[in-house]
Amino acid sequence: MPFDVSAWPAKLEKKPRGGNLKNDTTQSAVEVYDLHKAFGQLEVLRGVSLNAKKGDVVSMIGASGSGKSTFLRCINFLEMPTQGRILVTGEEIVLKPNKDGNLHPVDRKQLERIRTRLAMVFQSFNLWQHMTVLQNVIEAPIHVLKVPRSEAIEHAEALLNKVGLFEKRDQYPAFLSGGQQQRAAIARALCIDPKVMLFDEPTSALDPELVGEVLKVIRDLAEEGRTMILVTHEMKFARDVSSHVIYLHQGKVEEEGPPQKVFGAPISARCKQFVSSIH
Amino acid sequence: MMFAAAAPLTTLLSWGDQGFGDELFWGAVKTVEISVFGYAFGLALGLLGAVGKLSGPPWVRTLLNGYTTIVRAVPELVLILLLYYAGTDSINGVLKSIGYSPIEVNGLVAAIFVLGFVQGAYSTEVLRAAIQSVPFGQIEAATAYGMTRLGRFRRIVLPAMLPNAIPGLANLWLNITKDSALISVVGFTELALATRQAAGVSKQYFVLYVVAQMIYLVISLTSTSLFDWLERRVRRGQPKLS
Repeated sequence: MPFDVSAWPAKLEKKPRGGNLKNDTTQSAVEVYDLHKAFGQLEVLRGVSLNAKKGDVVSMIGASGSGKSTFLRCINFLEMPTQGRILVTGEEIVLKPNKDGNLHPVDRKQLERIRTRLAMVFQSFNLWQHMTVLQNVIEAPIHVLKVPRSEAIEHAEALLNKVGLFEKRDQYPAFLSGGQQQRAAIARALCIDPKVMLFDEPTSALDPELVGEVLKVIRDLAEEGRTMILVTHEMKFARDVSSHVIYLHQGKVEEEGPPQKVFGAPISARCKQFVSSIH
Repeated sequence: MMFAAAAPLTTLLSWGDQGFGDELFWGAVKTVEISVFGYAFGLALGLLGAVGKLSGPPWVRTLLNGYTTIVRAVPELVLILLLYYAGTDSINGVLKSIGYSPIEVNGLVAAIFVLGFVQGAYSTEVLRAAIQSVPFGQIEAATAYGMTRLGRFRRIVLPAMLPNAIPGLANLWLNITKDSALISVVGFTELALATRQAAGVSKQYFVLYVVAQMIYLVISLTSTSLFDWLERRVRRGQPKLS
């Protein structure tokens, strides 16, 4: 293992909130090496690598079917990759081949621990419908991280305030607009004090007039120095907030670099066409 | 106990030796008792059955498919007779073979077991369908936040499937309160048998059966409003269709 895992004891993980996130940018948040993923005969990812340091905002762009969502879902093992290595905050997830042809984590406990460092925000929000907004936000802190209830509520209310949903905390998700639901989902993600936030097309299911309020929240998080990996079709937004942009084409990295380069002066003709056509 | 041809209703239904009020009352209590415990046992079987059918190994699924198919295909009266007599026989057969003397099977326990076993098959299907209707994204979110399998089931799947399960489970409850009358064929004195015995003695068939019928009605009306309340409660998170 390339990094000392013991530097991330479980207890300390709950602590840092906001604060010194911008410091110590040398520390690796997510490293992915040569990731492959096939669904049967269909090869969706064909060797994608990524190295996100603490404080980085990495945007993944590309056409539908280019593999960007699958790549994101492999990072927290909602999809099992067929090949590759994944390290989160320096800790490598130990994988072994399964008879289904994919790699599976060997140690379920390690996987569950790693997942609490990665908070995912889904395209379709996936809030738990039988819980109020507040209950959604405190669920994982209380039942996974074992944070005392009062502390979790205090933290959750502060976060709901931050995303502008404090008044809606006792509402059920189905009674909120899409934009409100996605902001609640972001509060839920923040409440586990994740090391890295994974955004899977967070605005794609929203009505156009609601996209702005969600992007604003994400932008604020980026400016705070949150580490995030963002799959998006919002090109202007990706250009503004990202420190690094990866353009995927047919399961491979076709172009990557700082946003100025990928959007302003791409080498790949395909990338050039993609970023110009999408505006 | 002696009755005139047209004993007044108050005498007929009075408590004690003169009337059958206490017999019917305790019969009704037994009916509720075997229904409640049979239902609970059936729910437990149903939950295991549903989970087994959805995520068990192939042999478990085959076994459970056999269970639900057979129980739902055979008339309940036949099943009750079969399970009660064959069940008692086989228990005593096993006891005999390992050198114990046969036992008298407790009627209450047997009734609960038999009713629960039948209910379990129906509950399995109701709960399986309800679990399958939980949107996958909600389970995926629970996975992504590091919940264990058991945690996901307990905290997310179970409460999320309740709105879909309650109507079916309410039906099953109403069924079991009525199926409990079938238990009288094996000589267990619940409301139906108590009424038959009372009517046999007093010859007041019409009056006593009307009374028994009203008791069944009260049981089902009470439980219907209870299930209505429960359904409203578990549907709090769902907007009303207008």
